[in-house]
Amino acid sequence: MTTAAAEVHAPTIVEESIAAKIGRLVAKTPVHLFLMAVALLWLVPTLGLFLTSLLPAADFGQLGWWKIVSKPSISTWENYHEIFRNSSITHSLVTTLEIAIGGTVLPILVAALAGYAFAWLDFPGREWIFLIVIGLLVVPLQMALIPIFSLYNRVGIFDTVFSLILFHTAFGLPFAIFLLRNFFIGIPKDILESARIDGASELRIFVRLILPLGLPAIASLGIFQFLWTWNDLIVALTFGRNTQPITVAIFSQLTEFGSNIDIIAPAAFISLAIPLVVFFAFQRYFVQGLLAGSVK
Amino acid sequence: MFLAPAVFFLTVWILYPLIDTVRRSFLYRDTNRWIGFHNYKEIFTLDTTVTAIKNNAIWIGVVPALVTAIGLIFAVLTERIRWSVAFKTVVFMPMAISLFAAGVIWRVMDQEDPHLGALNAGIGAIHDTFRPPGALPDAEPSTAGLTGSPQRGFVLQTPLRPGDVARLGLTGISPDNVPHGAVQAANPTPKAHGITGVVWRDFKPGGGKTGQVEQGELGLPGVTVELRDTAGKRIDSTSTEDNGTFAFDDVDASDYRAAIGPKTFAKPFGGIAWLGPKLITPALIIAYTWVWAGFAMVVIAAGLAAIPREVLEAARTDGGTEWQVFRRVTVPLLAPVLSVVFITMLINVLKVFDIVLSVAPGSSQDDANVIALAMWRSSFGGVNDYGLGAAIAVFLFLLVIPVLALNVRRFRREA
Repeated sequence: MTTAAAEVHAPTIVEESIAAKIGRLVAKTPVHLFLMAVALLWLVPTLGLFLTSLLPAADFGQLGWWKIVSKPSISTWENYHEIFRNSSITHSLVTTLEIAIGGTVLPILVAALAGYAFAWLDFPGREWIFLIVIGLLVVPLQMALIPIFSLYNRVGIFDTVFSLILFHTAFGLPFAIFLLRNFFIGIPKDILESARIDGASELRIFVRLILPLGLPAIASLGIFQFLWTWNDLIVALTFGRNTQPITVAIFSQLTEFGSNIDIIAPAAFISLAIPLVVFFAFQRYFVQGLLAGSVK
Repeated sequence: MFLAPAVFFLTVWILYPLIDTVRRSFLYRDTNRWIGFHNYKEIFTLDTTVTAIKNNAIWIGVVPALVTAIGLIFAVLTERIRWSVAFKTVVFMPMAISLFAAGVIWRVMDQEDPHLGALNAGIGAIHDTFRPPGALPDAEPSTAGLTGSPQRGFVLQTPLRPGDVARLGLTGISPDNVPHGAVQAANPTPKAHGITGVVWRDFKPGGGKTGQVEQGELGLPGVTVELRDTAGKRIDSTSTEDNGTFAFDDVDASDYRAAIGPKTFAKPFGGIAWLGPKLITPALIIAYTWVWAGFAMVVIAAGLAAIPREVLEAARTDGGTEWQVFRRVTVPLLAPVLSVVFITMLINVLKVFDIVLSVAPGSSQDDANVIALAMWRSSFGGVNDYGLGAAIAVFLFLLVIPVLALNVRRFRREA
């Protein structure tokens, strides 16, 4: 894998007259205005949902959320208090967290082992099996829904957090293995060789060398997998009835959008606030993972 | 040993289902009865699946190109500003949240009533600037002989000559909708060489006589009154005073008609039904593009950063305009990155699902249907037609196989 490192050149410093500076500024004004308008367009919808969630119950269906901007005094946290008193939403959030944590840790563990094997262990059919993994990258999960649905029913693990984690693990694996194998292959061979000469077992090398060295890749993968499982709808909708993560809980309220908006808006905002926090905290890893996955 | 867990997961959850789904696609519903290609035939004959395929074709035709183009524009433009990091963060943000939650966001934005849906509120503000709503959008004539329609205006059929007086009474105006500043209606005074008249709210609590200006009835200010010739051609127009009176001075001796112009009855912007059956797919595409533009921008920006500056500088020193440099140098050099973004979006669009469920209200979901949703609904939406569901899944899989082959070939070439 070739990492596309951007070559940064120091800009040549040329003395600029004030007139030239102003001229450049004016020439750029349309670009600035356009991009500001775009940024606003991208911010407003999310802000709209947040402000909607602050509307007092009596004003739903009467006032647009933007009225809060001109009259902030009408906003209230009451809807949030209400959904936290409502144990089913709180319970859904806990379920979502369980699925997301399990669905992140397990596939990373499995993929790290496999990635190491594909990168540094010799075994017959290595290339061939890895090609299959690459092929599985784009298999739509719709291909698995019906067989796994009946399998879960037969085995009796339908409608459990565990069964959802297993499904997320399997469908997270191809990308995870692909990413980690490519990262591990970049680890200098000498380090591994000397550890082997020192008589370290493969397991020891994996735990003591590969995992610590692979941390950046594991971090970006972890964020991806966490967001993917936290944000999932289709898997939980198919394999859960009473095991409802937050997306499914909101979905069940959507049929009465107008009258349930006091639950939908705050619940939806909470459900997106957590991925946003993760995103802002680990933005760098997120973008790195994205680029590793798509640009080669 | 290291590989065993991965092989277990991939075999049980992906490879085995792959084969089993293909097998089930030839079976009748949830039985073991072999029915050949019947399920596949149904995909192309059932209303729901045909709609789904048509809609998905629109998605495929529009979204990958749109998202790639927007990503390219943003990536190139952000290179010229200092606050590019802030801009990229804002545009990229929707990528972190679920398509489902993004759908809820747009469900709120897309509400039809301009007092609730921000999108329609914005369009309404522009609409009302160019076509301001009339003073009396819902009024109706009460005076006998005042006929017509809100679109063409209401005409008093009685011929008028200079010195005559026209009384144009209207009803159907609720107290809230009486124009601001209205006072007691006045009976117009005739003028020797002019035509005068009054437009008033011909109603007072407790009744009153129609066609007569009475104490307690309000004049209607700001109403457009037109003077027309007998053929209906507009000769002059004026606006009424606070007491409802109007006057056309110095009118040539002839027969005329007085009319209340259509401008008075122009309806305010009522809102576009984004979530209705006709516009639901465009509304979904807007929401989806809002989510994915950031992905395209970030990937393309990384590709852009990898282009050696000297190449672009050389093109500029050779006298190329910014547009030429962009068109002839930047875009060709970016071609591999652009195609990666395009193909990624193509696959995403084939599998689009969550956002349809959250943006489209139940009443529009049939019209918003897409392949992945049709697969889910026929299998788990209460119908339990696993045979059809499996066939749709296989159809979906066949559509992504070219990309699968491409990925495998690219990897083998590199290895």
